[in-house]
Amino acid sequence: MSAQTLAEKLIARAARRAAVTPGEIVTCQVDLAMMHDSGGPRRVKPMLERLGAKVWDPEKVVVITDHYLPANDDESQRIIATAREWVRGAGVKRFYDGIGICHVVLPEQGHLKPGMFVVGGDSHSPTGGAFGAYMFGVGATEMVGVLVTGEIWLKVPHTIVVEWDGAFGDGVSAKDVMLFLCGRFGMDGGRYQAVEYAGSAIGRLGMQERMTLANMTAEFGGQAGLVAPDEVTRAYLAAAGVAEIDTATWRTDDGAQLAAHHCFDGAALAPQVAAPHSPANSAPVGAFRGVRVDTAYVGACTGAKLADLRMAARVLRGRRVASGVRLLVAPASLRDQETARAEGTLAALLDAGGKLLPNACGACAGYGELRFGEGEVAISSTARNFKGRMGAASSEVYLASPYTVAAAAVTGRIADPRELL
Amino acid sequence: MSGRAWVYGDDLDTDLLAPGKYMKFGIEEIAKHCLEMVDPAFAPGVRPGDVVVGGRNFGMGSSREQAPAALKALGVAAVIAQSFAGLFYRNCFNVGLLALTCPQAGRIRAGDAIRFDAAAGSIANLTTGETLACDPIAPHLMTLVREGGLLAHLELRLAQERS
Repeated sequence: MSAQTLAEKLIARAARRAAVTPGEIVTCQVDLAMMHDSGGPRRVKPMLERLGAKVWDPEKVVVITDHYLPANDDESQRIIATAREWVRGAGVKRFYDGIGICHVVLPEQGHLKPGMFVVGGDSHSPTGGAFGAYMFGVGATEMVGVLVTGEIWLKVPHTIVVEWDGAFGDGVSAKDVMLFLCGRFGMDGGRYQAVEYAGSAIGRLGMQERMTLANMTAEFGGQAGLVAPDEVTRAYLAAAGVAEIDTATWRTDDGAQLAAHHCFDGAALAPQVAAPHSPANSAPVGAFRGVRVDTAYVGACTGAKLADLRMAARVLRGRRVASGVRLLVAPASLRDQETARAEGTLAALLDAGGKLLPNACGACAGYGELRFGEGEVAISSTARNFKGRMGAASSEVYLASPYTVAAAAVTGRIADPRELL
Repeated sequence: MSGRAWVYGDDLDTDLLAPGKYMKFGIEEIAKHCLEMVDPAFAPGVRPGDVVVGGRNFGMGSSREQAPAALKALGVAAVIAQSFAGLFYRNCFNVGLLALTCPQAGRIRAGDAIRFDAAAGSIANLTTGETLACDPIAPHLMTLVREGGLLAHLELRLAQERS
């Protein structure tokens, strides 16, 4: 058989085929379907009722509440109540209620492993690709299609390899990689194809950093963002209770056909900042040095996992937030928050003046009560700074790594975090 | 039958089409605020049969299908763009909204009278007299549009399986 990419192997397995060819349309069997409270039960329940249909396999469904928590108004409470009621009726036992953001909770609870084909009812679903699974986002109606049939169609993607060699410098993270790529290639740089991150600098990253790469493949415009599994993957999954994983099969073969192969030197990457209102408005941090901020936000699946909290803590430990600046910290999962608490990371953030927020999507989704005000200038470790997404249309959100967000919190202005490490 | 063109730029995102603040409500409420941050005249002014025209990467961002559903609820007949974000493109057909990929979409001006033939892959600009070509739409997606979206399609499929 000719050489195949990781994406092609994953899709061929799900399509019950020996091989697939980029461009062809195939029907895939879904191993797992993940939903959250916003695009999940409140939307799929009425549609399933209209169809008079049941979930094809409740064992293959995971529901996680994160968008409308805390539920402080009638509509939010109704949305969360619908999720709780629906999982009971549908027989969905894998229900995680208020313990964190879906993309972080899903692997934490051991639901992902290399080789799987997974759909998620959220655009940041490519996060699962960090584990060598093909995972992508769908809307609520398409999720109903999966829930009823267990299948979904797919146009087999080409593969774009983004290779980073060497090692990233201290104070440079996966977030900087993705802001750089969005700036360099645009938000459609991924062309809705499969983007695979490879190279020695990627191999040195821990799982949560790889999750940030895969996660922001959404902003980069790919359908899926993949990292071939290795010993780092094996160790993370073993701790999550996933025993056997296959690292030999789930990799791109030498000589496989690629749509593009970009190579970069990890050591040459500086911390990046993206100006309002696009992740593609990125440049090295020096270009924005001195921009005054009102708020520093460490949050979201992109930027508030344990690894992210540790980055922020390295800058904040022993320092205080600048006068007039508010630092908000919304750990991406309860487990990450409690690990951070036990090891002293959380104390470093809170002692610096950070305010602890619930383990939910918070200001990133812009669905709840926490929204930035008129003219507010924020620097955020989240993924998107679209106009008005996180608050008022006149609010201005700069995107950066947790290191750079923490540096701005301490100095009151955008600053190079490497000078504070 | 023709509709007027409402023309916007590149990278028009889902959060502008279906603002987060209103996502907790039903589609009628969301539709009232569709595009209000870039064009407050759009939601009150758009008429059934009108088309929305964009540049590159139309509909980038969220998986929220309320973004195309809001356009459909307002009576928009089709979205025409140089290119679409993949997730938004799928969502359009799933909710029964036609998405036409037209490399020359930039030739359409706001207010132009537009008539299109999705099956033939052509857009007629009645104001300028130009005809623009669209990329072909996959047959299974044309079926979805004809049947009124994925939910209607599933209804038909289940009815067939049960009979």
